[in-house]
Amino acid sequence: MRVVKHVLGRVAFYVVAAVFAAVFALPLLWLVFAPFGSRATLSVALPDPFTLSNFGRVFANTFAVRALFQNSIIQAVGTMILVTLLATLAAYALSRAPIRGRDVLSYGLVLFSSIVTGTAAMVPIFLLIFNLGLIDTHMGVILVFTGGLLPAAIFIMRDFVDSIPRSYEESALVAGASPWGMFRDIALPIVRPGMMVVGVWTFVNVWGGFLVPFILLRSPTKMPAAVAIYSFYTEGGTPIITLTTAYALLYTLPVLALYLFVNWKYGFRFFGGIKS
Amino acid sequence: MANVTFRSITKQFGAFTAVNDVSFEIADGEFVCLLGPSGCGKTTTLRMIAGLEQPTSGRILIGAADVTEAKPKERDIGMVFQDYALFPHMTIADNIAYPLKVRGVGQAERRRRAAEVAKNLSIDQLLDRRPGQISGGQQQRTSVARAVVHKPKVYLFDEPLSNLDAKLRLEARSFLKHLQRELGVTSLYVTHDQAEAMAMADRVAVMDRGEIVQFGPPLEVYRQPATTFVANFLGSPPMNLLSVRYAGGAFASSTFELDASPFAGRLRDVRDGSELTLGIRPEHVRMGGEGDRWRIPGEVYAVEPLGPESLVTLRVAGALVTARLFGDDPPTATGAASFAFDPAHLHVFGQDGRRLAAR
Amino acid sequence: MHQRRTILPLRTGLLFLGPAALFIGAFILLPFFWIAGVSFTNRTLTGATAANPQFVGLQNYLKLFDLSTFMNPGQFGSSLVITGQFVFWSAIVGQAVLGLLLAWFFYRRSGWVKESVQTLAIVAWIIPDVVVAFAWNAFLDYDGGTLNWLFGLVGLHKVDWLLAMPLLSIVLFNAWRGAAFSMLLFSSALGSIPPSYLETADVAGAGPWQRLKDIILPLIRTHIVTDLILITLWTFNTFGPFLLTGGGPAFKTEVVSVLTYRMAFKYFDFGTGSALGMVMMLINLGFALVYLGLLRRQGSSR
Repeated sequence: MRVVKHVLGRVAFYVVAAVFAAVFALPLLWLVFAPFGSRATLSVALPDPFTLSNFGRVFANTFAVRALFQNSIIQAVGTMILVTLLATLAAYALSRAPIRGRDVLSYGLVLFSSIVTGTAAMVPIFLLIFNLGLIDTHMGVILVFTGGLLPAAIFIMRDFVDSIPRSYEESALVAGASPWGMFRDIALPIVRPGMMVVGVWTFVNVWGGFLVPFILLRSPTKMPAAVAIYSFYTEGGTPIITLTTAYALLYTLPVLALYLFVNWKYGFRFFGGIKS
Repeated sequence: MANVTFRSITKQFGAFTAVNDVSFEIADGEFVCLLGPSGCGKTTTLRMIAGLEQPTSGRILIGAADVTEAKPKERDIGMVFQDYALFPHMTIADNIAYPLKVRGVGQAERRRRAAEVAKNLSIDQLLDRRPGQISGGQQQRTSVARAVVHKPKVYLFDEPLSNLDAKLRLEARSFLKHLQRELGVTSLYVTHDQAEAMAMADRVAVMDRGEIVQFGPPLEVYRQPATTFVANFLGSPPMNLLSVRYAGGAFASSTFELDASPFAGRLRDVRDGSELTLGIRPEHVRMGGEGDRWRIPGEVYAVEPLGPESLVTLRVAGALVTARLFGDDPPTATGAASFAFDPAHLHVFGQDGRRLAAR
Repeated sequence: MHQRRTILPLRTGLLFLGPAALFIGAFILLPFFWIAGVSFTNRTLTGATAANPQFVGLQNYLKLFDLSTFMNPGQFGSSLVITGQFVFWSAIVGQAVLGLLLAWFFYRRSGWVKESVQTLAIVAWIIPDVVVAFAWNAFLDYDGGTLNWLFGLVGLHKVDWLLAMPLLSIVLFNAWRGAAFSMLLFSSALGSIPPSYLETADVAGAGPWQRLKDIILPLIRTHIVTDLILITLWTFNTFGPFLLTGGGPAFKTEVVSVLTYRMAFKYFDFGTGSALGMVMMLINLGFALVYLGLLRRQGSSR
């Protein structure tokens, strides 16, 4: 009797797990198969014949290649460097300096940045960037992303810094290090995993971000992949599915690779984690 | 080499006074233990010497130099932290040599001196490992090595043994005492473990609620505790304390009365009817019989055989009194029993908890 | 230690904080006040009112709240109702409940089954918006879409999802997309419960449902409120539905963020766009305050 109950329990577990898996996998299935087929269709089918020609045609499209390998990278890497640097400094200060109300400040800014966001915030931000003369520049996109992502990045980073025992830095100070030497020799190396995670998180957010470049950029030569992906149309105006899906797959790969990297290196634990 | 002087040091955190008007001096080469329960201000005191906290008022001197406002790096001290604080991204050798590195000592010389100290502490085979790869005892020695490598004027220890298991702790205790004697460097050692303080210190400072309540050689503090707090904090099991009323030349409680005449000298200023506290160490208590004049009756509460000795606890007038009895066979008492003692071992504390000293 | 020890002097700390504060000030705080200002003008992108916008008082707001057209398709009132349904069903019901189920189902289990299912949920959450939108467009397609193919397998009629049930489509889309966040947050909350609490409940004879109700839910209440705050705000502001439906058909999926986009960046009527944005932010602020109040009440009742 107990054995039967145990077996039934296992079966039920696998059935429910399979349903969950199907729920999340099914909508993406088409995207995995379609790029390798030669015929454009919206149904899921094993590609027959299997072909890589769609990727070849994507690589032949200079506009698309530039969007992916130049513009997206400039914007994502630029923002990543700025956010990681500023968030590390700010989080370190919030954790280690006697700043009044620092807890309310960290949490409040994350909330506020979740309020002043999206299309509502794009109206004044567009006017601000317009007045700065930065419309249609990579710099404008980078600055706006940096401002929007910083509060959450600081929050995640603080989680890291707070988890480091203060005695590391204190023992460096007592050993005779100057505050700057202590920060460089001890604090920075120890928070490096946090910087990696914040960096990856920022990169992924900018890489996938659509609204900001969509509104701030005009010229096709500056569009990142998120916007450029809408350019594979026939002269009749219908999307060329084979090319679009091949491009979408290429565009998604870095995100998956970074996820696997973080998961392998640090375990994808929840770093006070926010994703906007 | 230097002495350390505390002059009227007060430290406040907001409205909370962590250290209240504390003054003391540690002589050159002396080993002083700061002993007290958590939150008594002992760690704050240590951190003020290190320069990690600023006193609210008062002066701190190391040698002749006033270091009250000096940065940690200007004080020339070595400190061992409770969690060792070994830098996880550096090798053991780099950890030990870090104080030399920030002093601008060259790579080769650093390596040589780190190896020398490591050899002294028997960790020289670990130099190329990382902190995560060595045992707790080895980490502890590494952090000691890092504290002594640059030959500082003062050593500070912040409960350095509390993360070790019981057996290693005893080993590390004698090792640290030996090392301090050998190097002869002025040391301040913070602990909440009275046995550690007794075993290691030249002098013990007992702290309670931000103040030093007694400062003296370990045995003196043990034998003549200045207050009921000190009496209760030192010794394991601690001193037995009994509340009594002093009336008509006797100490009276609800169930016993003791002749107070041997203490007449100490009781000269005590008014009839005052509430006093009597103290007696467990090792000075034995099972009583009809013939004992100094006897307190009670009810057996527990008998705990420990091997070389046994602990017997009686319930006496609502309080628990413990005797440490030496000998091979634990007593088999149950029900009513009594304890006896020699009045020479009795401590008397006044209404304010202070010891009444013989005059 | 009851007091937090200081490592950095205050001045160095402020120096470290400065650059980040500058960015946050310029791109979060300033826009909040700027949008309030613009919402009282008739500013446009081009033409005379671009260079010299005029103060029009409450006119933009009065237009939004014009009761004669308020509930017409494509107007503010109708958009607000759509947004409310979208947030309630896709975030609070969809993401939070699905996330809690996933976290609870795999709680105290390990192995490849858990790893695979959770990884699939996380993949759905991290891949870029536009890619997800493409995938769902195909998934919901009437003729070849995977969902209708599945319906066919079990003998159900095909549904023209994006045309016949557009709101349900974006609700499913957003719930699917964001469930991983709640799953991760709840997993980490569950992980922080000492196993001895549940073992005590087991020994006392509690079943799985009683364990969830009496031990787990009370212990992770703060996490639940935090989760609801964040997913409500994010769903309220998300531009995702635009990528799937463009707001259509006939404004049936035009949530407020998409309406704001249409006003400000399609018609370049910044006055109306700002007034809309302002109202959105105030609603968001209201949500945040209500949730914070809940958090505080919980904190004091402990």
